[in-house]
Amino acid sequence: MYNTMGIIFTGGKNNRLKELSAERSISAVPFGGKYRAIDFALSNMINSGIRNVGIPTQYNFHSLMDHLGSGKEWDLDRKNDGLFILTPYLSEYGTGWYKGNADAMYKNLTFLNRSNEEFVVINQGYAIYNMNYIDMLKHHVDKDADVTISCRYMADFPQEYLCKLGIVETDSDKRIIDIQEKPLNPKSNFVSMGVYIIKRKLLITLLEESAAHGYYEFVRDILVKKVKELRIYSYEWKGYWKPLCNIQLYYQTNMELLNPSVRYELFMKNGRIFTKVKDEPPAKYNEEALVRNAVVADGCIIEGRVENSILFRGVNVQRGAVINNSIIMQDSVICENTSLDYCILDKNVVITPNKQLKGDKNWPLIVGKNVVV
Amino acid sequence: MTKEIIALILAGGTGTRLGILTKLLAKPAVLYGGKYRIIDFTLSNCINSGIDTVGVLTQYRPLQLNNHIGIGKPWDLDRMNCGVTILSPFTRQQKGEWYSGTADAVYQNLHYIDEQNPKYVIVLSGDHIYKMNYSMMLDFHKKNNADLTISAIQIPLEEAHRYGIIHATDEGKIYGFEEKPPEPKSNLASMGVYIFKMDVLKKCLIEDRSIEGSSHDFGKNIIPKLLNDGKNLWAYTFSGYWRDVGTIQAYYESNMDLITRVPQFNLFDHNWKIYTPNPVKPAHYIGESGYVSKSIISEGCMIFGQVKNSIIFPGVTIEENAFIEDSIIMSKSTVKSGSRLNCTIVGEKTTLGRNVRTGIGDYAENIFNSEIYKTKITVIGSDTIVPDNTNIGCNVVIDNKISAQDIPSSNIPSGYALLKGGDGNV
Repeated sequence: MYNTMGIIFTGGKNNRLKELSAERSISAVPFGGKYRAIDFALSNMINSGIRNVGIPTQYNFHSLMDHLGSGKEWDLDRKNDGLFILTPYLSEYGTGWYKGNADAMYKNLTFLNRSNEEFVVINQGYAIYNMNYIDMLKHHVDKDADVTISCRYMADFPQEYLCKLGIVETDSDKRIIDIQEKPLNPKSNFVSMGVYIIKRKLLITLLEESAAHGYYEFVRDILVKKVKELRIYSYEWKGYWKPLCNIQLYYQTNMELLNPSVRYELFMKNGRIFTKVKDEPPAKYNEEALVRNAVVADGCIIEGRVENSILFRGVNVQRGAVINNSIIMQDSVICENTSLDYCILDKNVVITPNKQLKGDKNWPLIVGKNVVV
Repeated sequence: MTKEIIALILAGGTGTRLGILTKLLAKPAVLYGGKYRIIDFTLSNCINSGIDTVGVLTQYRPLQLNNHIGIGKPWDLDRMNCGVTILSPFTRQQKGEWYSGTADAVYQNLHYIDEQNPKYVIVLSGDHIYKMNYSMMLDFHKKNNADLTISAIQIPLEEAHRYGIIHATDEGKIYGFEEKPPEPKSNLASMGVYIFKMDVLKKCLIEDRSIEGSSHDFGKNIIPKLLNDGKNLWAYTFSGYWRDVGTIQAYYESNMDLITRVPQFNLFDHNWKIYTPNPVKPAHYIGESGYVSKSIISEGCMIFGQVKNSIIFPGVTIEENAFIEDSIIMSKSTVKSGSRLNCTIVGEKTTLGRNVRTGIGDYAENIFNSEIYKTKITVIGSDTIVPDNTNIGCNVVIDNKISAQDIPSSNIPSGYALLKGGDGNV
């Protein structure tokens, strides 16, 4: 077996997910009824046999820390290795804030040096997919690559989303000859998934070198600059993969869980997706409940109508309430005779009786955490 | 620091009156309420009452139970110096012996109690459904300076002959006790929850051990003996929901109690959570053709058919045009399209083929055992495959691990029993 450790990036400060990421890092955004986005990246590592995972994070990481805890649910509460949350720290050498993701790794070189695995898998905490990295590692070793990047042809993506991603160009041997980060006019739809495999020792050398030059970004300052020098290969992933780059994608990706084949691929085909448990009782449907095409988590009590929607744990849908095309997060209460259409309700939202809230398919209405409407 | 109280949970019962549901696992390990196993309620009561040292006494078919409890993680009982300990029968230098009664089981583990050296011991039964704060009972015990406090509940007089019946003053001082009296004179029943002073427990267990003919049972021997000896016994009256789910009917009814609009027994109480190992499964999915009413549905289920008045455990698939009514379907089972289930308990990992019907026709007495199987409920075991187009009547029992070839005909009449020989190990 390959000897591998993992690093998960949790995303910097951005408001692409609007209110949903106002108070939490993008990787901690609730997803799919009971998960947070990072559960997928982390579970993929567990399912690939990785037992030593570092998570550098600095932007609003409270809910992320709360979620990950000691790593119990991912079986990462180990004596040796396990889960390491790498937050910025002050030292004699500076303020400690991470200036970029390469800087974040550089500031935690101790973690990289102290680990003894041969390879490092680096991935992003905000993408929804279920992938075992072992096949990619084999590819990495077979190609004798310095760096392998997992890439995907995004035929299912509109042009404007591609501009937010990294576009990759390869030669006939799958070797990457050009990387364009967030190009205005993407040349192709072959996109970097932000999943990298690299030898730990090489990563340390590259980080030290870039820090010496005052560079901070792993892709822009290291991979792009060294695309000719290093043997960077692409590994094509043909399965499901959706980055939660903006609110439309967030909404659509959640809604795709209503498609049994997506559900099968994400949760049942390969490894399991682990998450923090809440010890809620199973969902209870009362007599008036009318639920069709919906994902419903534990702890819900339903007495109203729910269609084409995702209900997170502990949601209460009262009599006469009608919910269509919506995402309702944990512990929200939808009171009597209220109707919701194309809405995203964050945690602990209360919609009082007889209200009507309506968003649009391309611009769902977002109600922030703990709001009473 | 001496420990104030430790708990001992008696979890070795065979639960014969649950028929095939307990053929392969101990009664406390039987699934309940869409997600739980019966012992979860007692274990959760312990941790919610602040008791962090729990011994679980097992004997009958302990594998599932041991796996379920593990090191006690779900109940936060994975502790450094206490936590949960499984106490199974063991051999000694001369010989080993099985637990011959509830009191004997505790006697054989006196060394465990000694090691913990608590002031009080609470003895619990692992097969009851209830939420109870034992710390309030302990306060009552201390206030009365009792040697033994028994938790008691008012029950209908006509059922009293099945219980240990307590005679007590209005304040709760016990002056009489009868185990399963044919003509009960009181309706105050023992719930099998005892708080002992440690030294009293130890002394009476050692004395009882040497009494010839004793069945070493708390109800039959220990309590009457303590009363005879003039000890200070008190009854602590409990008034919440409490069920002994010892029969198929009681088990079924207690499950069904959970789906009423405002259940008497509330699992949604955030101040008194019931803990259990959580399945690693996504939230459940109700399909375009699905319909669910007055039911409990667990994680990982896929519902494409109709479910009414039923309890569905994690990972169950109900295919299109299947219709489930008044039934309990345990984890990872599949009901294929066109099937109609009525008043049926289906075990774990069982597959019901296409157009299977259950609960057809009128009640008929069960040919195998009319004492255990005496209601309309049809029971289908775990790891069983029922082939397509099978029609099954009422009060039918189909054993665990039955394969399609074992089913003799596509019409199984009411009261029929299809049981496998042997002990179910192979």
